[in-house]
Amino acid sequence: MRQAMTGNEAVAYAMKQINPEVVAAYPITPQTGIMQKFADYVANGQVDTEFLTMDSEHSAMSATIGASAAGVRAMTATSSNGLAYMWEIVYIAASYRLPIVMPVVNRALSGPINIHCDHSDTMGCRDSGWIQIFSENSQEAYDNAVQALRIAEHPDVMLPVMITLDGFIISHALETLSTYEDDKVKKFIGNYIPKHPLINPSQPVTYGPLDFFDYYFEHKRQQAEGMVNAKKVIQEVGRAFEKEFNRSYGLFEEYRMADAELALIVLGSTAGTAKAVVDMVREKGYKIGLIKIRCFRPFPEEELAEALKRIKVLAVMDRSLGFNGVGGPLFNDVRAALFGRNAEIKVVNYVYGLGGREITPNDIWNICNNIRDINLTGKVQSSVNYVGVRE
Amino acid sequence: MASLKELSAREEIVAPGHRLCPGCGAAIVSRMVTKAAKNPLVVACATGCLEVSTTIYPYTSWKSSFLHVAFENSAASLSGTEAAYRALKKKGKIKEDIRFISFGGDGGTYDIGFQSLSGALERGHRMLVICYDNGAYMNTGIQRSSATPRGADTTTSPAGKEAYGKKEYPKDLTACVVAHDIPYAAQASPSHWNDLMKKVEKALEVDGPSFINVLSPCPLGWRYPGEESIELARLAVETGFWQLYEVENGVYKMNYNPKERKPIREWLEKQGRFRHLFTPANEHILQELQEYVDKKWDRLLKLCSITEEANKTK
Repeated sequence: MRQAMTGNEAVAYAMKQINPEVVAAYPITPQTGIMQKFADYVANGQVDTEFLTMDSEHSAMSATIGASAAGVRAMTATSSNGLAYMWEIVYIAASYRLPIVMPVVNRALSGPINIHCDHSDTMGCRDSGWIQIFSENSQEAYDNAVQALRIAEHPDVMLPVMITLDGFIISHALETLSTYEDDKVKKFIGNYIPKHPLINPSQPVTYGPLDFFDYYFEHKRQQAEGMVNAKKVIQEVGRAFEKEFNRSYGLFEEYRMADAELALIVLGSTAGTAKAVVDMVREKGYKIGLIKIRCFRPFPEEELAEALKRIKVLAVMDRSLGFNGVGGPLFNDVRAALFGRNAEIKVVNYVYGLGGREITPNDIWNICNNIRDINLTGKVQSSVNYVGVRE
Repeated sequence: MASLKELSAREEIVAPGHRLCPGCGAAIVSRMVTKAAKNPLVVACATGCLEVSTTIYPYTSWKSSFLHVAFENSAASLSGTEAAYRALKKKGKIKEDIRFISFGGDGGTYDIGFQSLSGALERGHRMLVICYDNGAYMNTGIQRSSATPRGADTTTSPAGKEAYGKKEYPKDLTACVVAHDIPYAAQASPSHWNDLMKKVEKALEVDGPSFINVLSPCPLGWRYPGEESIELARLAVETGFWQLYEVENGVYKMNYNPKERKPIREWLEKQGRFRHLFTPANEHILQELQEYVDKKWDRLLKLCSITEEANKTK
């Protein structure tokens, strides 16, 4: 069915179809729209979820863990400082191997306080043990929400999943998207049979014991394996989704990459604008392509290196800073992926859009010109560049 | 309440072999509390002595299901579990009547866990929150908490040339909890075991949140020989430092009113943490503490009569 919805509404709609047993919520802009819409579904009896309105994001994540450990499907959503406030508990969710799904509406972190989009919030959680799947638009946010449960609950994975959508740009913009019938979504998701539920008097279990140096390492090692396995499972679920709903999803999307010598790498909503610019620049004769990273954690290192093997100059666009004196988080991961595999490629970082600063087609065109010049001269003036900032 | 015979026939939920100190109040309190429960339990624990000493992987002392998430969020975590239980009940996927108990020390309840506790009470989850109040952060080496009595020597409120220990009086957490207008709140002590267990039984039958603040002597932090724990708990009650009372639907009831309250000195002098108070220079602190106990006692008696009266006129 074609429906006009904001990104927040699209995610809430997926949550309605998922009908999780427990949803714990705390408001934060720009996520609030998801939970407001979901509260309507609860109020009108369209879901039978136990809806908990919490005292903070910290408590929201705690309750979501309590519910997931109990043996039911449990969800929450957040943004920015809310995610930062959850941070301690976000790690615990992953270490207990709980298949929680959490939409994160990307927003800049304080300070100074800013409510608009960048990726600094989720980047702070990139090593928390959560799978991170980025969305380009409302359609993808919806599709990712539908796929996330199957990924999280896969026995080889058993890790929580964040699905991200750019604050305001996706969350508040009205778009037309295809939604699927309730029963088809339900069938796709399937029933959840928890392995070790807390609520099972005949077989009591302990969650969260004290782990000393004699076991902690082993548990962390197993957790890391779940993340490795996730790569395969994300692709399998993507293929099953394509079969069922005719939309294709993998670890990343390649756009006009077949003969490309130059390429852009982006995350999230910027991919839409960047694809349009790639088309325009192509008309000028540049052999340029684009890669949109969908699955940021686990990071598709090998596959990415393979896709970039013919590229001479690569622009990595980061919508967050790495305060490391080196470059943004995506830039560092991409460079690490290429190290030892493709030493010839020149990788340049373009930091843009912090705190909701607009990124225009013209800005991206300039990036394309810049990497073409690098390709012609062989010289990289600056490996980290700031786009659209007053210097 | 269940007879001793009945109680002795019930399974011990906290199995022996845990690694709490000899004489630890929390060990005794958690055994009594879980023994008083007739239904299957799901227990949540805040990080603290009780949690770290009973769940050292790959062992657990808990024969019920047990959840520990972090220090400050046992009430919030258990909220989610209780909500999941309601969802499963609604769908007919679970038949048993389960009860939910959250344990936390004073640190995890009075201080860092206060918001999580308040939220859970306000949302009305059917769960019993037990605070085992040993008056400091014992698990991390006896640092002062907001439950630490005035005058106590702790590692972050040490007595010295210029200091007599903790300056502030303890936060009245039970009063804060009562202010949430929950159906049942109480204070109890392991020295009065039948009072404690009766309160647990009542609390678990309430259809909503309940709270019991239980005094929990700590041989290490209070500095006394472990075999005197129950005596110390009793003295806290006899001197009026720890009042046994309950608040049912807003009505206060004093559960134990000794004909003659013992002077607070008798409780203080048995504990190393107050030793420095027994010097001429600190004599005034002892006097102030006695005045504080008297004032709190009078206030509680007034609350009992006022709320009883108000209830009658309803």
